[in-house]
Amino acid sequence: MTSLFEEIREDVPADVPTKRVTITVNGQSRTVEVEPRLLLAHMLRQGLRLTGTHTGCDTTNCGACTVLFDGDPIKSCTMLAVQADGHEVTTVEGLAGPSELHPVQEGFKDEHGLQCGFCTPGMMIAAKALLDRNPDPTEEEVRWALSGNLCRCTGYQNIVKSVLWAAKKLRGES
Amino acid sequence: MYPPRFRYEAPRSIEEAIAALQAGGGEAKVLAGGQSLVPLLKLRFASPDVLVDINGLPGLNYHKVDPDGTLRIGALCRHVDLERSTILASRVPTMAAAAPLVADPIVRNRGTLVGSLCHADPQGDWAAVVTALGGSIVAQGPNGRRTIPVAQFVTGPFQNTLADDEIAIEAVIPAAKGTVAGGYLKLERRVGDFATAAAAVALEFSGGVVSRAGIALTGVGGATIDATEAAAALVGKPLTIETISGASELAAAAARPKTDHRGTAAYKKHIVRTFVERILTRVSAGGQGVGGTGIAERAA
Repeated sequence: MTSLFEEIREDVPADVPTKRVTITVNGQSRTVEVEPRLLLAHMLRQGLRLTGTHTGCDTTNCGACTVLFDGDPIKSCTMLAVQADGHEVTTVEGLAGPSELHPVQEGFKDEHGLQCGFCTPGMMIAAKALLDRNPDPTEEEVRWALSGNLCRCTGYQNIVKSVLWAAKKLRGES
Repeated sequence: MYPPRFRYEAPRSIEEAIAALQAGGGEAKVLAGGQSLVPLLKLRFASPDVLVDINGLPGLNYHKVDPDGTLRIGALCRHVDLERSTILASRVPTMAAAAPLVADPIVRNRGTLVGSLCHADPQGDWAAVVTALGGSIVAQGPNGRRTIPVAQFVTGPFQNTLADDEIAIEAVIPAAKGTVAGGYLKLERRVGDFATAAAAVALEFSGGVVSRAGIALTGVGGATIDATEAAAALVGKPLTIETISGASELAAAAARPKTDHRGTAAYKKHIVRTFVERILTRVSAGGQGVGGTGIAERAA
């Protein structure tokens, strides 16, 4: 069991109840003890040390904290960790093994889909969710699917190319 | 940012949820999609003692049509369910047009229509759509259920008429009596921003004339605006250049926008006039459902 959120736990008065939750994170069952107000994004980053999930705006705008929740992309800064009890969460770390790249990651590498990289994990998770549902999206469909994710570097051009590259690769066409 | 401390309850039945609200004594909030409530908690605009998470309640994630044509949308029906719905386009085209324009695609995976109505943000899309359609909210409390027309449900910005121990369990859209058409057009600076202005139009026709009309406006006043005079001007008449232009002017006159960083008041009124006119014109040309952001539009 991972004890969670050391910095908050220290100032948690004894009468504040915590809740034990079990979440499948990247295929692995994790049992954690959380204070109800802990956000899923913080649990992933500070609790489980999965720092691939970034927190950007912290107000449900930017999508940097996007993770898959039972297969659907959600903003993990806008969900409580307790709400994930009994559910499956996939972060960017879960896209591929340690020495492998998922085709979406390969696409971002090949097509220069990132500059500073801050939005990239959220972009890749949103892209994976799109391709799981629609293996052959048009450029327009890619743009709409990524419209909940902000990038301040690239102008989106290469991000869209990266996703189309990955789609092709996943279809076995390259 | 962290939300303030609260007690968390995850009831397994509506009765348990109502009991949890009662125990909260006026300081409990219902958590459904959380896409407005969680940011409010983090920004300390809300600090309830208890959060009653209804996501574990069974049987609330539906949208379905009764045999008499009434559409019912459960409290856990997400925006994405409405966006991908196969029953909305032909039955409630105004709603089908609005669904892909709510928030952004990731938020749509969690947020709910009923939650959005309860949140009562004057810039919420669904409030205008449901107002134009003459819809209601069904609330359940310790003494049973009651139905509240959405126009009476919202009393002001972020205020509704739910009692402390009531849960909004579904939204209801009455059955249409004639042929339906309508649309929702929204101007936004980018996906996910609040509407600069938006207009919902819901029409029913019988024998070539408008038999029922609803026009409601988003983001151009302290609450969703029900443009009743604009809608009334269409009833009993066919859509012509004259009736369309008359209703559009009345809709713009009903708007009470404020000048802000999204545009001047005059500009927002102009957008309202343009959008109402555009939806009505498309409908008169045979379009059933008209939706779009004002930039990327489509007509079906």
